[in-house]
Amino acid sequence: MGNAMLQVENLVKHYGDVQAVRGVSFSVEEGEVFGLLGPNGAGKTTTVEILEGLRTLDSGRVSVCGLDPQEKPQELKQEIGAALQSTSLPDKLRVMEALRLFASFYKRRRRPEDLLKRFGLEEKRNTFYNQLSGGQKQRLALAMALVNDPKVLFFDEPTAGLDPQVRREIYDIIEELRREKKTIVLTTHYIEEAERLCDRVAIIDHGKVIALGTPRELKSRAGATTRVEVRLSKPESNGIMKNLEGVVDVREVDGAYVLHSQRPPQTIVSLVKHLEAQGNELVSLEIATPSLEDVFIEMTGRRLRD
Amino acid sequence: MSNFASLTEMRIRLALRNKMFFFFSIVMPFIFFFGYLGFFGKSVPAGAAYFLGPVLALNVMGSFWGLSATIVMFREQGILRRFHVSPVTTSDILASSVVANLALTLPTVIFELLLAGLIFHVHTLHNLLGIFVLVAIGTISFASLGLVIASITNTMQETQVLNQLIWLPLVFLSGATFPLAYLPKVVQRVGLFLPATYLVNAFQQVIVNSATALSRYTEIASLVCWAILTFFLSMQLFRWEPETKIPRRAKLLVASTAIPFLLLGIWENRIDRILRESQTAFAAFQTALDSLRPAMRMSIQSGNAVNPSNHAPK
Repeated sequence: MGNAMLQVENLVKHYGDVQAVRGVSFSVEEGEVFGLLGPNGAGKTTTVEILEGLRTLDSGRVSVCGLDPQEKPQELKQEIGAALQSTSLPDKLRVMEALRLFASFYKRRRRPEDLLKRFGLEEKRNTFYNQLSGGQKQRLALAMALVNDPKVLFFDEPTAGLDPQVRREIYDIIEELRREKKTIVLTTHYIEEAERLCDRVAIIDHGKVIALGTPRELKSRAGATTRVEVRLSKPESNGIMKNLEGVVDVREVDGAYVLHSQRPPQTIVSLVKHLEAQGNELVSLEIATPSLEDVFIEMTGRRLRD
Repeated sequence: MSNFASLTEMRIRLALRNKMFFFFSIVMPFIFFFGYLGFFGKSVPAGAAYFLGPVLALNVMGSFWGLSATIVMFREQGILRRFHVSPVTTSDILASSVVANLALTLPTVIFELLLAGLIFHVHTLHNLLGIFVLVAIGTISFASLGLVIASITNTMQETQVLNQLIWLPLVFLSGATFPLAYLPKVVQRVGLFLPATYLVNAFQQVIVNSATALSRYTEIASLVCWAILTFFLSMQLFRWEPETKIPRRAKLLVASTAIPFLLLGIWENRIDRILRESQTAFAAFQTALDSLRPAMRMSIQSGNAVNPSNHAPK
């Protein structure tokens, strides 16, 4: 166990009669990328905004970098960096001015020049904010989150509303930060994002954490099965395939066998043994691991993007 | 550099890049300036001096208009939200707004004072210190009013409606557009409850009669009181997020800012000091214009003298 950079215990938040967050707990270690995955309105943003000191909590305990966001909001804000949802900058502020302005608010600063270079905004340094493309605005938002070389970064839906190519650009940036061992809390409703970028994920639904662990753990724990698709030189009966180790279901599709396995390594070993004994041969093999979407469906009976 | 200083610099920079600012804060004041001093003041020193006060007051009071709109826009667009997650505080945002406004108002005022001296030969500007004290306190108090308006409205449209509702009585009942003494007696008495009336009168006394800032202590003290009250209130009611609701107590708190001028208005309605001062100033202005008339009459007569029809019957 490393040092917990961030701790949340039994966090509760109401908006009037609506219970947005109902007893969320998790902790994030130093150098970890932690994802909050869930549908819109699940309470991810509210949770993150409480951690950033933007909102008050109703009950529970929260600590970020050892600070209580409600008691020491100013000290906390010196230590964190954030790219929030639905924020913007004045239309007629230039890129470089924005970085300089925000850098001036912090005791610890990075050179705005370096950030421009790193985020590919050098050519846009004198461009007004309202003349930037969506991807450039988001890159600037990420660059601005780094002006104080923060201990913890919060990215709230960093790729929402961006086209696929720009989204990949943002993934590359976040992966680079991950390699640098930055502590990052990331909220998303994209499965791909959580699986690709996060060390650990908390799946949130209706204000509660319904599953927590590494993407791999979550998938195996939820009983989600791996899809093993094989083509054989000679046909085999479905009954034999079903009796292979770990297999829970078999279907024949276009001459290929689609096996759903809970323990793919064992399934493959027993398949190969069986084929050898029968003098049969394996023509092709494809393995598709389950996604967190499957986990979400398993836990809630709904798709994530409803 | 402190947060306050860098925010002030940003606000000034953004205002100078804004076409609306250019029109409302630079073009309009000079239209008023030349209109009032040249046309209504008949381009004579006494007339120009009489109207310089209301023109400066209009200039200074206008600060609340743009400021409330800017803050509401910043909130609606999520710009304040971005600042909120940085170490910037409420007082950084509000104080920088007021100071940037003052910094943007000063060049126009200085230019107007120079033109008043050079073009209109207003030579009673002995008490520049008094004028600048009034410009500062006027801008600060009306800018704070703008901050309060921004806090108690949710959308740009609401803000503009409220701005209009406040602006019209302020400029029409205070002597800023029509001289107070020229208005019906009842309207004059209502005007005594408005901060604008005291600002206009103080400007006029300092410019026309070279009164010292110290001698205008009633006006200055009441405007200072009001500025502190409104600024404090804007701190209490400030909202970073568009979703945050306006608290119920807001109405009560906003009503409380009327107290200083309610009390002063009652007092002034009893002693009639401001009304007498404004009448004396207006009378002096009319006498000055009247003294022009004989000259004008003479020029007409001499013009007639040239007319052959006048010569003929002799």
